[in-house]
Amino acid sequence: MTKLPDQNGHFGIYGGRFAPETLMPALTELERMYNTSKKDNKFKVKLKEYLEEFAGRPTPLYFSRRLTKELGGARIYLKREDLCHTGAHKINNTIGQALLTKKMGKRRVIAETGAGQHGVAVATVAAAFGLECEVYMGTEDMERQSLNVYRMRLMGARVTPVDSGSRTLKDAISEAMRDWATNVRTTHYILGSVLGPHPFPVMIRDFQSVIGMESRRQIQKAEGRLPDCLVACVGGGSNAMGLFYPFLSDRRVEMIGVEAGGHGIESGKHAARFADGSVGVLHGTMTYLLQDDDGQIRPTHSISAGLDYAAVGPEHSYYYDQGRIHFTHATDEEALAAFDQLSQVEGIMPALESAHAVAHVVKLAPRMKRNQIIVVNLSGRGDKDVMQVAKIRGVEL
Amino acid sequence: MNRIDKTFAQLRSRKEKALIPYIMAGDPYLERTEELVLAMERAGADIIELGVPFSDPIADGPVIQRAGQRALKWKTGLKDILRLVADIRKKSEIPMVLMTYYNPVLKFGIETLFKEAAACGVDGLIIPDLPPEEGQAVRDRSRRSGLNWILLAAPTTPPDRLKLLSGRTQGFLYYVSLTGITGASLKNFSEVKARLSAIRRMTDKPIAVGFGVSTPDQANALAGMADGVIVGSAIVRLIEEHMDDSDLPAVIAAFVKQLKQAVAGGRTRRAAQSGVRHS
Repeated sequence: MTKLPDQNGHFGIYGGRFAPETLMPALTELERMYNTSKKDNKFKVKLKEYLEEFAGRPTPLYFSRRLTKELGGARIYLKREDLCHTGAHKINNTIGQALLTKKMGKRRVIAETGAGQHGVAVATVAAAFGLECEVYMGTEDMERQSLNVYRMRLMGARVTPVDSGSRTLKDAISEAMRDWATNVRTTHYILGSVLGPHPFPVMIRDFQSVIGMESRRQIQKAEGRLPDCLVACVGGGSNAMGLFYPFLSDRRVEMIGVEAGGHGIESGKHAARFADGSVGVLHGTMTYLLQDDDGQIRPTHSISAGLDYAAVGPEHSYYYDQGRIHFTHATDEEALAAFDQLSQVEGIMPALESAHAVAHVVKLAPRMKRNQIIVVNLSGRGDKDVMQVAKIRGVEL
Repeated sequence: MNRIDKTFAQLRSRKEKALIPYIMAGDPYLERTEELVLAMERAGADIIELGVPFSDPIADGPVIQRAGQRALKWKTGLKDILRLVADIRKKSEIPMVLMTYYNPVLKFGIETLFKEAAACGVDGLIIPDLPPEEGQAVRDRSRRSGLNWILLAAPTTPPDRLKLLSGRTQGFLYYVSLTGITGASLKNFSEVKARLSAIRRMTDKPIAVGFGVSTPDQANALAGMADGVIVGSAIVRLIEEHMDDSDLPAVIAAFVKQLKQAVAGGRTRRAAQSGVRHS
């Protein structure tokens, strides 16, 4: 297995810890706590127990017969993270961080959320572990994802609207970091993706890598070999990193991350960092991001709130440069078509985020041989997006 | 000796404390920024901190966020701000430091920025999201260009790290008075005092206190504990309230004058407290 990041959280030139001085001790404490916990058997047993008994792991690796047949190429397997408690892979990480919060003796957790899936996962563990919880969410996202806003409130979390900047995920992260700087002595910030200052990217990758470890075992059992290709959508990139990480040293397994193409790259309205971005620092980490000539962060667009973010996890940037992970994008339109197709062909409604990954599979599978295998991460379920899809199509519910 | 060191040396010999006002460059627009800087100097400011607007300022509260948004409406960037400093430098020797997030610095190019900033008469840089561990390149450049890289320390900073920060900072150490963001309200003065005397034992470098200082009274209290006081959001809020007034520079100058008197200890606390900020 690759020995990255280095001890300062760098993946090559990426990653690191670009944080205000007020937060530096909290980051060091978190790092120390995480490093001891991951070797601690009691912690590992507890984490496993919650992942199984509370989140419902392992999730199935489902052979998508009808989609495979319809596309007429590679055999397609769906890693069913949509079946996790709360409906997305986000819970894998929030359970881990909630356990760490308890160990650090902090009683309050905060979080940012885009699509609301991470916010729901944090509100859920906060309820389950008896922690006070506040979730920051851009007002634009609150409108797109009103169902998730209400879910969080039902579980006792306070959802605080963020009306600054683009009023989306990026601004919610900024606001959560401001809260953290203010309340750092009592509060842990449960960041939701492989982003932010060290140790968040490595810690969250580790918590999410249960996805890839299970998939490895499951595909071995089903097919007696490893897949030819892994596909996952990439916003911050936690579901992708979770699936990819345990396969990184299997050189013959190709990995494809699918970014949000929005209205298309030419339109400028998208969130495709690798197609149209450059290296910079945002929210504590050095990575590819969308910025203008002055280094101001560019506004992004995606139909999917969870992919609508200007930066990408630093580890993805590293493996992009290395050529180990390939990145492409799917447009809003393609994602919507894939949303329909998977719903109708398999009876599985993907989250609009995951629909981006499915959209790429729709293009990719027919070009592959029938004995080849694709594993696609179905990172979340689409229930939360039903209202939005109806609205886009002018359907009144 | 650079302008910052000279200023603190002179103030020390007069047993005076520095008043360091912060304004956002380009708020409400760049020509105004020049007038404001010169007016603040005449009103007694000792060092000027100029904010470089950034789209995602994680260390700043709502007041400075809004100022940044106003400046970004004109697409105010580092290039414009360097030109502005060069213009002011023709008329004034007041030390000027830029407070900028790291991404605009990276995009501009570290080497180019230090070269051009030094040539334009910038005296120092404060980069709130760049800790020394990530700043090797900035450190090398600052040494070569003579520009100060001013580090921050926070109430949460442990003693061994305080030693590192106070050892590495150039010009002065920027002590953040509270856990939080700019524009918050400082209440616990005794904690600040204890921390500052602990830092004092580690370094002879000047210490300036910022974040959470909004009234002459607070400035007066902090001046007794440090070498300088930084006031940002309170001034920026006043700019916001008066941005369309033709006498904006005079309004700001009047407030800065009150602050300077409070910092210099020239007024009683009561007088400072009753000082009218704006009528």
